[in-house]
Amino acid sequence: MEVVLQVLLNGLILGSVYALIALGYTMVYGVLRLINFAHGDVLMLGAFAGYFVGNAVAEVMPFPLLVTLIASMAICAAIGVLIERLAYKPVRSAPSLTSLITAMGVSLFLEYTTALVLGPTPRGFPQDKLLPDSTLIHAAGFPDVHSRDLVVMATALVLLGVLYYIVAHTRMGKAMRAVSFDKDASRLMGINVDRVISFTFAVGAALAAGGGVLYALKYGRVEPYMGIYPGLKAFIAAVLGGIGSIPGAMLGGLLIGFTEAGASYFFSTYRDAVVFSVLVLVLLVRPAGILGRGMVEKV
Amino acid sequence: MRRLAICLLLTLCCLALGCTRPPDGDTTGGGATGGTTTGGTTGGTTGGQTSKGDPNAKDEYAEKAVDGDNLKIGVYLSITGASATFGEGSRAGMEIAVDEVNKKGGVLGKKLKLIVEDDEGKPDKAAAAGQKLITQDNVLVVLGEVISSNSLAVAPICQKNEVPMISPSSTNVKVTQVGDMIFRVCFLDDFQGQVMARYAADNLKAKTAALMIEKSSDYSVGLADSFQKTFEAKGGKIVATESFTNADTDFSSVLTKIKGSNPDVIFLPSYYNSVGLIAKQAREQGITVPFLGGDGWESPKLIELGGKALDGCAFSTHFNVNETEGKVADFVKAYKAKTGNLPDGLSALGYDDVLLMADAINRAGKLNRFAIRDAIASTKDFQGVTGTITINAQRNPDKPATIMQIKDGKLEFVTQMAPE
Amino acid sequence: MNTAHYLKKWGILLGAVVLLFCIEEFAFWAINGFWQNLIILAGINMVAALGLNLINGYCGQFSLGHAGFMAIGGYTTAFFTMRFAWPDWMMHMPTDRYPIMFPLSLILGGLVAAVAGLIVGIPSLRLKGDYLAIVTLAFGEIVRVFLLNFDYMGAARGLTDIPKISSFFWVYGCVLLATVVVLNLINSSPGRAIISVREDELAAEVMGVWTTYYKVASFLMGAFLAGVAGGLMGHWLQILTPEKFNFVLSIEIVVIVVVGGMGSTSGVLLAAILLTALPELLRFTSGMAAVPGLSLLGQPSMRMILYSLMMILLMIYRPKGLCGNREIWDILKNRASGTPSEPRKKQAMP
Repeated sequence: MEVVLQVLLNGLILGSVYALIALGYTMVYGVLRLINFAHGDVLMLGAFAGYFVGNAVAEVMPFPLLVTLIASMAICAAIGVLIERLAYKPVRSAPSLTSLITAMGVSLFLEYTTALVLGPTPRGFPQDKLLPDSTLIHAAGFPDVHSRDLVVMATALVLLGVLYYIVAHTRMGKAMRAVSFDKDASRLMGINVDRVISFTFAVGAALAAGGGVLYALKYGRVEPYMGIYPGLKAFIAAVLGGIGSIPGAMLGGLLIGFTEAGASYFFSTYRDAVVFSVLVLVLLVRPAGILGRGMVEKV
Repeated sequence: MRRLAICLLLTLCCLALGCTRPPDGDTTGGGATGGTTTGGTTGGTTGGQTSKGDPNAKDEYAEKAVDGDNLKIGVYLSITGASATFGEGSRAGMEIAVDEVNKKGGVLGKKLKLIVEDDEGKPDKAAAAGQKLITQDNVLVVLGEVISSNSLAVAPICQKNEVPMISPSSTNVKVTQVGDMIFRVCFLDDFQGQVMARYAADNLKAKTAALMIEKSSDYSVGLADSFQKTFEAKGGKIVATESFTNADTDFSSVLTKIKGSNPDVIFLPSYYNSVGLIAKQAREQGITVPFLGGDGWESPKLIELGGKALDGCAFSTHFNVNETEGKVADFVKAYKAKTGNLPDGLSALGYDDVLLMADAINRAGKLNRFAIRDAIASTKDFQGVTGTITINAQRNPDKPATIMQIKDGKLEFVTQMAPE
Repeated sequence: MNTAHYLKKWGILLGAVVLLFCIEEFAFWAINGFWQNLIILAGINMVAALGLNLINGYCGQFSLGHAGFMAIGGYTTAFFTMRFAWPDWMMHMPTDRYPIMFPLSLILGGLVAAVAGLIVGIPSLRLKGDYLAIVTLAFGEIVRVFLLNFDYMGAARGLTDIPKISSFFWVYGCVLLATVVVLNLINSSPGRAIISVREDELAAEVMGVWTTYYKVASFLMGAFLAGVAGGLMGHWLQILTPEKFNFVLSIEIVVIVVVGGMGSTSGVLLAAILLTALPELLRFTSGMAAVPGLSLLGQPSMRMILYSLMMILLMIYRPKGLCGNREIWDILKNRASGTPSEPRKKQAMP
């Protein structure tokens, strides 16, 4: 029983981080139909920003974690807008694969540049300085629950909530939904599509940065290539949940988290194969993801 | 139907044309270009090939390796990509050694000059890098790769072009079996697994052990295999075998499984960048038994990433980083002056790689690849920072392993173990 | 079509094969090893990219699992050349350099990959666009994980001691065959059916095109070519490791197809050369290290930064790839005659 609970707990923590990263994918995809392969690398930049800011503000400012998180999200939001303006905007009207390749180029560029400037050697994230860890629940027959894990989950949840609020209840959110529904029609309705897209990228990058800081906080390591696999897993989570759907991304993230935790426990050698098989099976049953809506083709 | 006909016709063409062709042997002993196929078409050679060059003749290729006042040495490492951190460590060690050699007057009156190529951690890029070093840059000796599969892609190229290659840290037994031009300065997989199994069974009195293998790394798999063999021969029992990949950051569920099997020690042959994370997550789940590992652990980053979680853990490595005098201390000081960090195991091997090569070139006394090969092969009691190295008949070094333990966030020397 | 016409076409093909053979015998091994390696790797990428171009460029199915097919083909071919008990004459006939068992092994490798393509092609009936991409990506990763655990084929250590049989003749023989087959296919009626699936699946179906069949068929053929490319790669590098076949390799092939122009065979061939050579030629920026003020450019890691920048700029300035969906000769012809471009011409090889 303890084992089952422990595995579920592992999956929940992992899944909430994946969900947060998957949201960024899904938002950008919803508005632009672009798989932003550089998302994982923005996560890496966010983690590095968190590393530098965190080391600077710890023991100087109150609530160092909050300051780090906000600073890192702000920095990455700016980077996200910059990437969109410089690389994606010129290819917006090109075929979808063109923008995908551009995104891959951006992804490689961010990785290699970071590796050149900061060196490829992993660094220890100032976990303890930002948020000392303690065991909250320690009981027989029950897995240990750590305060840091709870903070990671809670922060992820808060960020998800904020995003949901933005999309569902603000004017900008309404504009985003309109653009994702029909770009040309929304332009005719007087929506500034460029601004909406920039805003989407800013929010997406900020979410990635938040995810990056939480990821680094949980695992304690930052390096230039750290974004690749969380990015890939989050992309899978977004597709699994139904890409373009915000609740879908959350659900997909959690599902991938649980599957991964379970598979690591039962068949660690074939873990990734199990995770991917689950994905394939789900997509065979629900070809547009769990919460995705199949598109009706207009003739 | 028509397509099938095309295929058949082409096959026939090949047959017909091939028949007219006189059989063609390996063109060996020549320059850097030329040469046709290596080995037969049957494959499976383990003894390796021998080069037939004359150590006493004039070697035009080697003479072209001189560039003004410099002697060109080729290096291929993963400078970018997921294994870049290993490449960077080795490169820093090599550069320090080059500075040191050059300060002492270089080799054969020339200064060493490293030409570093990036292989992105991929075997096909490594082959391209190796080709470039030999055929474009005309380097005298090739040094390279941490990752064995990349060394295995380049070793046949070096062998065919008859350029000596010394791998700093490829542990797969097959690397030096490629041929008589290929050497290495690190332990083989077998030896370290054996040493740590002896340490676990004899020093720690462990009865049961769990294996945690980085499935995507042949280094990790190799160490785990030999650990298991020796540990079981000593009456121990392996109670769990779990695996992960180098891309992982979350190990919690694997650790949950290991916790359930209740081992006395956990053997974790992996690199420092994963080890710290694993130890931390293990302690979070209440696993208190020590982790054991190999030279992949050796790095100042190990403690930075693992913190207190690593207390009581031990690993086999090449040198005692705490030594206060002698070669090791000088190396640590030089490394710190250059990079601001303590060296890791790979930088120490890179350092020895260059020094051993420089020593061999000096002993060969002339610019001839075959004389240099013979000099490397006859290296005896070479005093490196990674121990006293003697190159054996299999072109591998015989040297002892040092066991270090982590106590209160510091490394402490435990013992030194020679091959049994 | 008369007999003379056929004879001419076959004559050209035969001549091309003889030419390849002569280049291999009298020129290829004489050039410097760096260029040899580059030429061979470019050829291998061509074969793989031609396969993906069928799936992705002509049929419009977004596949990210090409590395998986290459891995299956590579390992299968290596299995047949190394572990399979061929009769002795097949290993040495007609000569040691061109053993008959090699093309047979390549075909077997391609066939096994094609079976995998069939298995992956079936989901493509239900899935579209990015969902299909992710399923094919998943397939590639599943293949890799299984190979990592496959001790008989070397597991993580990789399969070593593979004989070096791939050479200019074999690799470019495959390129030639693949090009001829692809061009013929595309200009035949099944080929036009495949293109119609890309252009508008619904309309194609309404017109009576059996879209399911053509989708699966293009996967099958694409996978076959990928398998052959994998086999050629293993027998050139003499080592195969599961890690080489991760999703980064699939992406590299996709990049070749997109940069070349989706649905342009000649464009894809050109892009394969360009994208294989570019990162290798960028190695020569290391000469910059000696130039004052440019020492950063000489860093080995600078090369990949330049490469990624070029990728982005290329996409911005040639969003449809180098050739769009036309062939080089169409573009040249249009330019020469000054007439406005017309969609693809039909005529090709036999």
